[in-house]
This record gives sequence, C-alpha cells and structure tokens, in this order.
Amino acid sequence: MLCLIIDLGQGTSTATDIRLNIEVQLMREEMIMFDNVKQAVTLLLIAAAFMSGNQLNAKELPIEQAVLTAAPHVPPPITRDYSARMVVNLDTTEEIGRLADGVKYTFWTFGGTVPGSFIRVREGDEVEFHLNNRPDSKMPHNIDLHAVTGPGGGATSSFTAPGHSSTFSFKALNPGLYVYHCATAPVGMHIANGMYGLILVEPQGGLPKVDKEFYVMQSEFYTKGKYGDEGLQSFDMEEALTEIPDYVVFNGSVGALVGDNAINAKVGETIRLYVGNGGPNLVSSFHVIGEIFDAVYIEGGEMINRNVQSTLVPAGGSTIVDFKVDVPGTFILVDHSIFRAFNKGALGMIKVEGDDDLVIYSGKQDDSVYLPEGGAIQTITQNAPPPVKAASLAQRVQFGQRIYQQNCMACHQSNGEGIKGAFPRLAGSDYLLGNPKKSISALINGLSGKIVVNGESYNGVMPAVNLNDEQIANVLTYVLNTWNNNGGEITPNNVAEIRGGH
Amino acid sequence: MARIDGGNYTALYKQEGSAEVITVAPFYSDKFQVNNQQFLNFTKSTTKWSKQNIKPIFAESTYLQQFELSNTEDIANQPVVNVSWFAAMAYCKAQNKRLPTLDEWEYAARASASHIDGSRSAEFRERILRWYSMPASAGLPNVSEGEANYWGVHGMHGVVWEMVRDFNTALVTGESRGDSALDKQLFCGAGAASAVDPSDYAAFMRYALRSSYTANYTLNSLGFRCAKDL
Ligand code: HEC
Ligand SMILES: [Cu+2]
Repeated sequence: MLCLIIDLGQGTSTATDIRLNIEVQLMREEMIMFDNVKQAVTLLLIAAAFMSGNQLNAKELPIEQAVLTAAPHVPPPITRDYSARMVVNLDTTEEIGRLADGVKYTFWTFGGTVPGSFIRVREGDEVEFHLNNRPDSKMPHNIDLHAVTGPGGGATSSFTAPGHSSTFSFKALNPGLYVYHCATAPVGMHIANGMYGLILVEPQGGLPKVDKEFYVMQSEFYTKGKYGDEGLQSFDMEEALTEIPDYVVFNGSVGALVGDNAINAKVGETIRLYVGNGGPNLVSSFHVIGEIFDAVYIEGGEMINRNVQSTLVPAGGSTIVDFKVDVPGTFILVDHSIFRAFNKGALGMIKVEGDDDLVIYSGKQDDSVYLPEGGAIQTITQNAPPPVKAASLAQRVQFGQRIYQQNCMACHQSNGEGIKGAFPRLAGSDYLLGNPKKSISALINGLSGKIVVNGESYNGVMPAVNLNDEQIANVLTYVLNTWNNNGGEITPNNVAEIRGGH
Repeated sequence: MARIDGGNYTALYKQEGSAEVITVAPFYSDKFQVNNQQFLNFTKSTTKWSKQNIKPIFAESTYLQQFELSNTEDIANQPVVNVSWFAAMAYCKAQNKRLPTLDEWEYAARASASHIDGSRSAEFRERILRWYSMPASAGLPNVSEGEANYWGVHGMHGVVWEMVRDFNTALVTGESRGDSALDKQLFCGAGAASAVDPSDYAAFMRYALRSSYTANYTLNSLGFRCAKDL
C-alpha cells in the first residue's frame, strides 16, 4: 500500500486522488480472494495506470496533427518557424500482403504498409506519440524511434498488447533522418516481418528546397520458399540467422518502384530521396544507375558529401541524397551489391521525361574498329580468334550463347526467366516466339514502352545493343533454341533486311 | 483432466537466483481450453463476473464481447477469449482448480504428439511458429479440434494464447517495470545473451505477450485452461 501512495504523491489533481482511493478501497475487499502479495501488487499497478494520464505536464505549444504518408510519398516540408506539439497516431497491424507476383506474406506493419508511414516533425517539436495495436493482432508491438533520446527510444513506454493503445511523448532534439522499428522480442522477427519506417526531424530553418521528395526503404525477407515460389510464404528463422535472404526489396515488395509504380520526374528537376534501410541484416550499397548524387547527407546526419556514386546505408540507418536530373530516361535504383538487384528484387526506377541534352549525354555517336597503337605487332592479332561466321545452326547456337552471356544475361538472367516486374522472360515468351523477327528490331533499335509478355506487362527500357548482323543472328538463334523454346533460326540476312529497311 | 508427470525443464530465461533447470512437480491439467459455454454458465452462477456486473478494475470494456458479436450457440465450443486474468482465476477457483503456473504451462507445452520434450525438433518448432505468424482475424476453432500432445492435452499451440497464474512474475519484481533487467532483455538485442535458447522464437513470443498485458486486459486471442494439484 505504501508504495502506491508514494506513487500517487506525484499526482496533482485531488479529485483523482479521491477517485483512486475509492478504487483502492474496492480492491481491498476483492483482494481477499487472491492469495499472495504479487497479485495485490498487480492490482496496484493497474490503479497506477489509471492515474498515469494525469502525469503528463502538457506544455502550452500549439497542437498539430502529423501528416503520415505511405512510401514513396513524403509529407510536405514544414514551413513554420516555431515549435509545436506534434500528435502522431500510428497503428500496428498484422496482415497478408503481396511480396512479389504470386507470392504472399504475413506482414507486421506500422500504419498498414511496409515500410511504415513516413513521419515528419521539426527540430524542437514535442511529439505526442500514440501507438495503437489493432485488436486482431496476435502480437504485442512497440516502437523504438532512433530520433528519441531516452531509454529504448520509446520501446518500453510503447509496449502495447493487442487491442490496446499506448501514449508517450518525446522532444525531437537532434535533426536528421532516423529509422524507427518494432523492438519487441524476438526483435529480429518483428523487423523481418516489416516493422520499420522513417522519421525525419527537419532542422530549424528546413532543408534546402528541392522540386520533389521521395521515400525509399530497403529491407530483406526470409521465406520458407525460394525467390518467386508462389503462395503464402512464412518466415524462415534459419535463413534469417544465417543472413541469407530470398528477397531484398525497396518499399516492401518486388516491383514496388518499377513500371507504373516508378518514381516520375521531369528534366531539370532536383530530386531528394529519403533512403532508409530496415535490414534486418544487410548493409545497402545504394546507387542510382546513370546518376551521380550531387549531395549526400551521410547516414542521414548533418555532414554533406558531394559527387557520390554509391553510398552505404547501414541496417537501422539512413541517408538523404539530392540530385538534379539533367537528361531524360529511366534511371535504375539498385543495391549495388548487385546480385541483390538482379536476383532478389532490389530494383527501382525513376522515369525522367523531357528533352535530350546531347551535350550532357550524347547517346552513341560513333562505332568504329579500335586499332591500338603499334597494331603492326602481329602477335596479338595472331593469337586472337579469327572472325567467325557460323557454318551451321548448331554453331550459331554455340556462338550465340557467348554473346548472350556477355550482353543479355544481366537483365534476362541465365535461365532466360528474366526478373518479374523488371525484365521480361525470354524462355517461353509469347512476345518473342510469336514473331521472332520483331525482336531483331528490338535489338537493333532498343525497345521501350508498354509490352505484354505472357500476360505480364512491362514498361521498361531495353537499350539498343551494339552487335553486328552476325552477332544478332547468333544470339537470337541461341535464345530460340534454348530453355525449351521452339527452335528456329535467324540469319544475318534477316537482320540486314530489317536494319536496311529501318 | 490429464496427468502431467513431473520433470525438469530449462526455462527460456534464467532469472537471477533461480536454478538453471527448473523442476516441475506432477499436476493435472484440463485437456481443453475453457470454452464459451462453460464460462457463460459460470457467469450465470457467479453473477459478479458477468458482463453487466464486473467491476471495471477487473476487466476492460471488451470483456466477453464475443457474446455481443455472435450467437452463443455458434461459438459455444470455441475457447473463451476477451476474459481477464482476474476472471480466469475466479473461474478456476470455482471449479476447485487453479491456473497453471508459467513453469507448468511451458513444461507441458514442450510435449509434441510423441515426445515429452519436442522442443528440440525443428519441425515441432516450425509448426508453432506458423500459428504465431498468421493474423488473428480468422475465426477460432472449437477447443476439441486442437491436436493432443504426449500428455493428452489438446491445442496448447495453434489455437489461442493461454494465461498462466504468474504471467508477469518476471516483470513485477523490482521497483519499476521499465528498469527491470528482464524488461531490457525482452526489448533489446541484449535479450539474446541471457536467453537460454535464443533460437526458440516461439517461446520468446509467449514471454513477450505475457509481459505486455496486465491482469485486467481482455484480448481477442487470449484464453485459458485450469490446472490442479495431484
Ligand atoms: C539493361 C537490361 C537489358 C539488357 C542488357 C537486354 N535486355 Fe532485352 N529487354 C529489357 C527490357 C526492360 C525489355 C522490355 C522492354 C519494354 O518494356 O518495352 C526487354 C525486352 C526484350 C525482348 C522482348 C520481350 C520478351 O520477353 O520476349 C527480347 C526478345 C529481348 N529483350 C532480348 C534481349 C537480348 C537477346 C539481349 C542481349 C543481346 C537483351 N534483350 C538485352 C532489358 C534488357
Ligand atoms: Cu512488432
């Protein structure tokens, strides 16, 4: 009893004290039925919980409801020049969603999405955080915001049973881009199931203005089935412990940032990406193919590095990158630990529309034979294989294989199955096999715009490949005669016709 | 009831001052979780535990809400949920039984269909984990549908969470929840260091859930069964 009274001493409202005393009286009567002190203590804790609402010392700050957005969107910049009490209402959910085409997963989320809602506050704001765990959750959840200065980053104060809601407050002392995540045991599993997101504490005075801002977060998934295995996949503890994920993705699923979901921009715009890495295990080598980051806020902090190609994003860390898009085209976001990009899903796209600037990027201007100086020294050319012309279908297939490995495999994969949502399949492709000659022109001129391959639509860009007629004939013949495709031959003459007719 | 022979088991957490290996004395356990019909009968005979009469201090407003949301006949044989620890204690007492202790429950729940201790079997663990990682939105099965384990106790995994008598033993020690060592173990990476078997994720989840509620909470997926001394 004594300890309870001491606890209550901090309360200010006498009315509440009285109410509580009545409750305690009531409990005394009932307590007789419980047979040890521990249970009595439990009761007292509950009584104390009734009180706790009273202990918040509400300051006189203007109250604002925080805008929350799902990736890739970011709440608008904060323009006010004073501190506010930002009220954040975030739900934790457990729901089945799409991990890749045909692949489902039970995600545990903040705000119903993976990654969780983007939160934006201003340095000096007081944040009143309400974490609501939906009644149909099985698990308790909590939140550890790396932006919080205090034990567990809010984890202990926000530990919430299903069907309950916790409130805690913190002051956003340090500006920067911070990861938040669930920290309930087993922590690894709560993170692996999707419980992470970003909170931006905007510095007073704001960040330099840009035209567009986006939210990109990388993470891995460890599933019982292999990459692409269909159906509802469950979490694989063994793979998580050995840190070998089946999926490495941006924004929670394969293809979340490609095709119709790609980020769009116009030539001349400056883009800012708020990039996070939820992990749970891997460090990202974040890179945008064809762009150089003009400015990188290293690890989401204050230090700026300029003219950066790839930047590290630690698991449980972030980075902010700014760059101006000068030329049109599709720029590919990757984790440059590159097998993750082409084989596990870590691929996104920024589509930039506008006019070419041939000074910045010319496209291919010339293709000529390269004769190194001292070409007269014959030893090199003597050892080099003579230019080969395939003499038979079998030979064409054989030569074509090498060309495929060097020019096509990175995108269409060694098994010809492509990458769902990014690069179409060549194995059994109705698009290719229906009219193989159409693909000759695709190789000569490149291919872009929407196409449908075996019922899946793609809206990507295949660059023109720099191959001669013989080579194009060989590689296409190889493709037609491999992976159970239905055979056929493309000759150099077929290619020449289309090149000439173009 | 089913007789559970006594035995030893290693608790997930080694608490300060407690033995590494815990000896559980033999006891009886209900074969099934308490179902809605049984609990309803209890509230009719002991009306202070009925929805109308229960004191707010003993249960939250969602207490027994399934009877408002569904026909009693439809859910009669489903495990009772949305029931507080206080109410569960009172129910068992009225049957001359009691809630099992945490150690009793964990000890009995380690049994697979064929072994007293199935917890080393990867397949047994995987099956438990699968339930934990499915959303709770689907309807509950009848209590009799739960699979029987070695002791003849049904549905200890894969139906609902179950209450134990000393669910928050670990956390209520010490002066404040926030600072107790176990609390830290549950939230921080450090937890793995003192957990006896860090790969037993299913057990981790049960400990986490137990420490997330207090005795008046009523959860959608939390039920109970009773136990008894020999
Ligand atoms: C940089 C990645 C990349 C490379 C390298 C590449 N492709 Fe493609 N390819 C694509 C994309 C993207 C498309 C779909 C274009 C669209 O959406 O309009 C495509 C489409 C195709 C198609 C038609 C669609 C289908 O699935 O049948 C064929 C055939 C094809 N590529 C063959 C090749 C061959 C042969 C090579 C090597 C000489 C090659 N590609 C190299 C990215 C690539
Ligand atoms: Cu969680």
